[in-house]
Amino acid sequence: MGTTMVRLHPKNRVLAWVEDRLPILSFLSSHTSGYYAPKNFNLWYYFGSLAMLVLVNQILTGIFLTMFYKPSALEVAPGISAAFASVEYIMRDVEWGWLIRYMHSTGASLFFVVVYLHMFRGLMYGSFKKPRELVWILGMLIFLALMAEAFMGYVLPWGNMSFWGAKVIISLFGTVPWIGESLVEWIMGDYLPADATLNRFFALHVIALPLVLLLLVVLHLGALHEVGSNNPDGVEIKQKKKEDGTPLDGIAFHPYYTVKDIFGVGVFLFIAAFIIFYAPTFGGWFLEHDNFIPANNLATPTHIKPVWYFTPFYAILRMIPSFFGSAIWGVIAMFGSIVLLFLMPWIDAGPVKSIRYRGLGYKVALGLFAVSFVMLGAVGAGVSAEMIPKWFGAEADATFIENLFGRFWTAVYFGFFVFLWFYSRGRERTKPVPERVTMHD
Amino acid sequence: MFTKFAAALTLGLALCAPLHASEGGAALQSANVSLNDTAALQRGAKLYFNYCAGCHSLRYVRYSRIAEDLQIDPKDVEANLIFTGAKIGDLAINNLSAEDGTKWFGKAPPDLSLEGRSKGADWIYSYLKSFYLDPTRPLGWNNTVFENASMPNVLWELQGVQSAVRKGGAADGPIERLDLTTPGRQSAEEFDRSVRDITAFLQYVGEPAALKRESMGVWVLLYLAVFTLLAYLLKREFWKDVH
Repeated sequence: MGTTMVRLHPKNRVLAWVEDRLPILSFLSSHTSGYYAPKNFNLWYYFGSLAMLVLVNQILTGIFLTMFYKPSALEVAPGISAAFASVEYIMRDVEWGWLIRYMHSTGASLFFVVVYLHMFRGLMYGSFKKPRELVWILGMLIFLALMAEAFMGYVLPWGNMSFWGAKVIISLFGTVPWIGESLVEWIMGDYLPADATLNRFFALHVIALPLVLLLLVVLHLGALHEVGSNNPDGVEIKQKKKEDGTPLDGIAFHPYYTVKDIFGVGVFLFIAAFIIFYAPTFGGWFLEHDNFIPANNLATPTHIKPVWYFTPFYAILRMIPSFFGSAIWGVIAMFGSIVLLFLMPWIDAGPVKSIRYRGLGYKVALGLFAVSFVMLGAVGAGVSAEMIPKWFGAEADATFIENLFGRFWTAVYFGFFVFLWFYSRGRERTKPVPERVTMHD
Repeated sequence: MFTKFAAALTLGLALCAPLHASEGGAALQSANVSLNDTAALQRGAKLYFNYCAGCHSLRYVRYSRIAEDLQIDPKDVEANLIFTGAKIGDLAINNLSAEDGTKWFGKAPPDLSLEGRSKGADWIYSYLKSFYLDPTRPLGWNNTVFENASMPNVLWELQGVQSAVRKGGAADGPIERLDLTTPGRQSAEEFDRSVRDITAFLQYVGEPAALKRESMGVWVLLYLAVFTLLAYLLKREFWKDVH
């Protein structure tokens, strides 16, 4: 157990009565002041609690948005759906509606910012390795549910990018052999993304997926508290214990990490508030310009692209060409790029967890992996398509250069896992891992 | 490690130019509008309702909100901005039906509530300045920013009439520049200001909350700065016994 169960006996008679029948205070205290975490957490360890904060923000602001939002693609005026009009109603006529909506839309993007940093932390310090494989798997399932949640949320305003984004992403299922076309119609409930699609996405976005997310978060934390937190040194603190049985290098999560995380929350909220009040669209990266145009199935946006957090995966999809008369290979590669992350605990066989004591090969490979993610993001967001004519001249074959660039970084992305498989089983020259954790700040 | 990463991230964000669609058309000019210039917004509203509102609705905007945000007396709004018989609390919807719009212009004039958000201020500013005579178009007007636009130059009496000067003088060559062939009621500078005012008004109309959020944000940030400082001191106090 990573937690110490303390049976509390409250003085207050009502609390004591409850506690004797349902030990809820004992449970909470054993998971806060009874949970011992390594004392050497650095900046990278803020993002887990920040992800929780954003989740709570999304649920609370989401509840208020549903009070005014109308999940209907039916027209209230020529070319304008009830859904689109209701979002503008929230932005203009609902008291503080603009603030609630910006908190929700900014929260969506910041959710991915903190989750990506949280995941990268895991890769850096080997937090996916034994005995934390299940913590990692549950975390990856949260990521998957979050992607579905974000995609469906993006469709709800029923802007033009909502419509065309939904059309492109749902059509990916059309590449499945034999049943593809029927599958696409089944998902949309129509021949195009339409009222039926919007209604079911609303149902999934506001109730089904949030329930799944909350359950997964509970399991993620439950599994974490069973095996205990990793740390930047990758040292198992449970191996050196004090006389009272608590880890020598561990400190109680509450109050030490609760006060530390409150400070992290302050910094995070400052950044979030700056975006919400001064750059809510973030130059078109958080709220896209084309989505301020109502959905129109006759007017395709010049560049259909997902919001920034999906662009690395979208780039992989685009970079893999069709062959054998099927476009499914790109779809397989895109899903494969996420499946490989699930398999990290078994791809990486290295005995050393933290990047601090791993071989140079891992450091370089992980660095390149991070760069490939950003570069693929740029390709998926259309940044490369915009820059190529500027750098290579208008006459240059933009598609050829972009494919070359995108495929190179796709190869680097997948190459990371292949390299790691052999490197961690071959001659990785690791440094000796210290007995106890080290303190740097 | 983190500092290096943070530096790389900041650099990366700085390199990300704002993503504004600039599909085809001539290069855009900077509109340089400010939402703090209430007088400009008032002039823009007047120009908008006199020259644009006959065809383009603002279906999410209430006249009363314009009065409040732009500090115009509701009576003045009723007298000078409402031409449809609407009441002060009504939405700025006009009486042009989509069918008539399509019949007359080839395409129904779109609602402009969100034009400032989808196209951006620079686009609106440049577009309104880039009309020229083109006898091949149904209404005799074309536009270098938005080629073959259905809209005629409704501001011609202010701007005057521009003609295209083409490269090499060929009738269908690429357009080099637009020359003012017939002057309008306003000088070039006056007209620039008028167009800038309309642009500022449309920018405001795209997001009326922008006025409020920008003035409020400072206080929120100040509060959070104090909160964060106190949280840091609290953390430091608690962590004194961690070695």
